[in-house]
Amino acid sequence: MIYREAGDFKTSYAKDQQTFPIAFDRWGYFITLAFAFLVVPFIINDYWINAVVLPFLIYAIAAIGLNILTGYCGQVSLGSGGFMAVGAYAAYKLMTGFPDLNIVFVIFLSGGITALVGMLFGLPSLRIKGFYLAVATLAAQFFLVWLFNKVPWFYNYSASGQISAPERSIFGYAVTGANALPAVSYLFCLCFVVILAWAARNLTRGANGRKWMAIRDMDIAAEIIGVNPLKTKLTAFGVSSFYIGIAGAMLFAVYLGAAEVGEAFGISKSFLILFMVIIGGLGSIFGSFAGAAFMVLMPVLLKNVMVGQLGWPTDLAAHFEFVIVGGLIVLFLIVEPHGLAQLWRLAKEKLRLWPFPH
Amino acid sequence: MSANFYFGVEVFLNGLMAGVMYSLVALGFVLIFKASGIFNYAQGVMALFAALTLVGFQNGQIPFAHLINAIFGTDLHHFGWHMPAFLAILCALGVMILFAFIVERYILKHLVNQEPIILFMATIGLAYFMEGLGDLMWGSDIKKLDVGIPQGGNIWLEEKTAFLGGEDFYGFYLDNLDIWATVLAAILVTSLVLFSQYTKTGRALRAVADDHQAALSVGISLRTIWVIVWSIAGFVALVAGIMWGSKSGVQFSLSLIALKALPVLMLGGFTSIPGAIIGGLIIGVGEKMFEFLIGAPFLGGATENWFAYMLALLFLVFRPQGLFGEKIIERV
Repeated sequence: MIYREAGDFKTSYAKDQQTFPIAFDRWGYFITLAFAFLVVPFIINDYWINAVVLPFLIYAIAAIGLNILTGYCGQVSLGSGGFMAVGAYAAYKLMTGFPDLNIVFVIFLSGGITALVGMLFGLPSLRIKGFYLAVATLAAQFFLVWLFNKVPWFYNYSASGQISAPERSIFGYAVTGANALPAVSYLFCLCFVVILAWAARNLTRGANGRKWMAIRDMDIAAEIIGVNPLKTKLTAFGVSSFYIGIAGAMLFAVYLGAAEVGEAFGISKSFLILFMVIIGGLGSIFGSFAGAAFMVLMPVLLKNVMVGQLGWPTDLAAHFEFVIVGGLIVLFLIVEPHGLAQLWRLAKEKLRLWPFPH
Repeated sequence: MSANFYFGVEVFLNGLMAGVMYSLVALGFVLIFKASGIFNYAQGVMALFAALTLVGFQNGQIPFAHLINAIFGTDLHHFGWHMPAFLAILCALGVMILFAFIVERYILKHLVNQEPIILFMATIGLAYFMEGLGDLMWGSDIKKLDVGIPQGGNIWLEEKTAFLGGEDFYGFYLDNLDIWATVLAAILVTSLVLFSQYTKTGRALRAVADDHQAALSVGISLRTIWVIVWSIAGFVALVAGIMWGSKSGVQFSLSLIALKALPVLMLGGFTSIPGAIIGGLIIGVGEKMFEFLIGAPFLGGATENWFAYMLALLFLVFRPQGLFGEKIIERV
């Protein structure tokens, strides 16, 4: 009834090609944004911010990044954890080396540094394909973690080997450090998420995105029709690492505050982000958000039910969490291999015809 | 010859032995990849699960005791008997075969014709599932595994070689367990090769590896083959689990040997059994020698974590299908 194109006339090409062609979608998007910016900061409490919302926003950025590489360009990467570590350590070095630099620039610069590192590790992708590449990106993961562990310059020779974020503020409000208000860090992350998601959406439907998808669908054929594989694959690695680096920098500076590389950016983080992308849906920006929300919310929910409601010991609950997460992933892949985004698409198709399906 | 040279030789020999252990895990990957095109990330966790089950049977632990206690408030832990090692190994093997059936019935059957990445993700999900299940069934404490394989340094070899290096050199130190692992791995590989070359089932396995559809059309049941392959992989995992478990105790970190086996696979090629063996040896020797010559003196040690991957990466740039992998032919 409400969800339909009928009566929604487009009078220009720009309108015809917009991201949300259906008025209902468009309004839904604006209302969500308004709600997130104007209502959430006033009603949210510390627990929700720290347990759910901040990790969701930050992992959503990382998932968009990996989705650009894996979903749009078809290059499977297991090195996301390592690249997040690059972002985090770059942010740390920039924050401690240039105390006057604004935190926004710090985060964008760390994204840029990560992009360079990502392109370096993306170089072998020209020769190596498929699973061989996936395993090759593990080299990045292990090497980077080792590097940040072994070279004291990266953690400023601190005795514990940890890095911790000094306090930085925007417009007089602390964003990082112990004095940051939850609502402020929330708004800070939200701004980044909105800008980056908007950029990603427009990148992927422009010339670059089409080239990435051509490479994903068949790289030799793409090469024949004139897509330069070197440039295309490297831009995908670069843009993807830029996003992942930003996510790493924010995870460290805004969310964790202090981090130890093996613990915060280990191989399990790479898998976590890959799960988000697969469960959310490959090649979909919305899917990255859905996957991140799913993977962040589910453990919290399970823990609340098992420890809070049933009163089981925490170690038992942790094992159960593994079983359930693993089982759900397998179940998901069997029922809907194209992820939550595909479910959403199907639901929208149904909605358009509702309530007169014939 | 200086003592340092002989230390180098000793490191080399130990590298070979470590390489054999890597090959043992890599073998399981190759078997499944050849037969079903699935890159089975869960191989390492299968080794952990097999070893846990073995220890559980040996000590007569009650499965899920922890969970039952939490729900019903009981205090169960052991049946109170000790199973002989041989019987326990048979029982653990039975569990792994049962596991193969379950995987085929409830996972693989539904994922036929999916993209490789989806199958790969499913095995990661499976790995998580089994890791949790293993801990739930048998508890997450570190367990000692002893199936009667001798351990400790081989004194005979040490005495025989002590004269080589002069004052500072006390002979080659090799662990008995590693020597045993090498012998067992050799037997395992030989019997696998014999099995696949000279039995009817083995021929069917090779046919499926060659071409799924052609194999189906001559009447080979893919589902049976998959159960067989996963059972064999379970058996290989059990052997690997016993070896690694006796060496360092049965604990969570055992599942990480999968990560050790991946560069071996890249180097040797995903589709080649000899590749897995030779790749394992190269990686084992390479990382031990690198640590000995360059890593420990100049780079602050612990290079073993990434060296194998870097080595494999370099190899791959020149041979994208690994040393022994089938040549990748791409058509538009």
